[in-house]
Amino acid sequence: MSEYRYVAEGFEDAVQHFEELKPEAEVKLQFAIPEKDFNTAGKGSFELKNMLKRLGVDSVVLRRIAVASYEAEINVAAHSKGGIMYSTVYENLIHVCFEDQGPGIADIEQAMTPGFSTADDLVRELGFGAGLGLPNIKKNSDAMSLVSAAGSSTKLEFLIYFA
Amino acid sequence: MILSDLVTLLEGEVLFPEADLDREVPCAFASDMISDILMCTKESTLLLTGLTNNQVIRLSDMIDLIAIVFVRGKKPLQDVIDMAQERGLPIITTKFTLYRCSGLLYNAGLRSCKI
Repeated sequence: MSEYRYVAEGFEDAVQHFEELKPEAEVKLQFAIPEKDFNTAGKGSFELKNMLKRLGVDSVVLRRIAVASYEAEINVAAHSKGGIMYSTVYENLIHVCFEDQGPGIADIEQAMTPGFSTADDLVRELGFGAGLGLPNIKKNSDAMSLVSAAGSSTKLEFLIYFA
Repeated sequence: MILSDLVTLLEGEVLFPEADLDREVPCAFASDMISDILMCTKESTLLLTGLTNNQVIRLSDMIDLIAIVFVRGKKPLQDVIDMAQERGLPIITTKFTLYRCSGLLYNAGLRSCKI
């Protein structure tokens, strides 16, 4: 099992505080992401974005959340046997977690390298497989964690603060 | 430039009748890779692409697209056109290549989106 962890500069204290405090969630959302279902993929992120928009989240932050969430959702649909997306809204941030049913990532460092992709032809034909999914999630997140191993499930989480 | 000027310039065909062609087009981005598009668009943008599957329309749920131009004579299937129509997202097809479209629009003063 290996892990990749990232916290954006300036967010170290806030993230540590959040992890220690474990505040109470305000809203929870859950979506199933079926394997290779590109008709459904993206709907969860769209619903999440709409909910946050209703809650009054700033449009720039909203775009970052939507992009990170969509990339992760596509990753689960494209590369795993299916999974679930859990979104938890707190007072000042959102936590989104994606858990799949494998087959896992053999080399996380390699997977994080911009341009590296294991996407198959079907996925590439749809315009995915640029090898920018994980880097794009990192770029848009304030904190991110990826835990996986070959032959195991993958868990990807990110935090984005509303202000 | 407004969308109707762009349709004329690219000899385009608007893919559903009630599309709002009076929209101002502030800038553009061109790519056939979805992650590139997500990474590079931070403002309201015209998208030029050869991708015609439903995920291209879904992109507009995540980022702010003014309209989509399908290049190289590509035309999406009806269910994809319906998705765009539901969202009020104008979609246009042109027989010109991505390179030619980009050149024509750039010469007409349309800037690249900020990345």
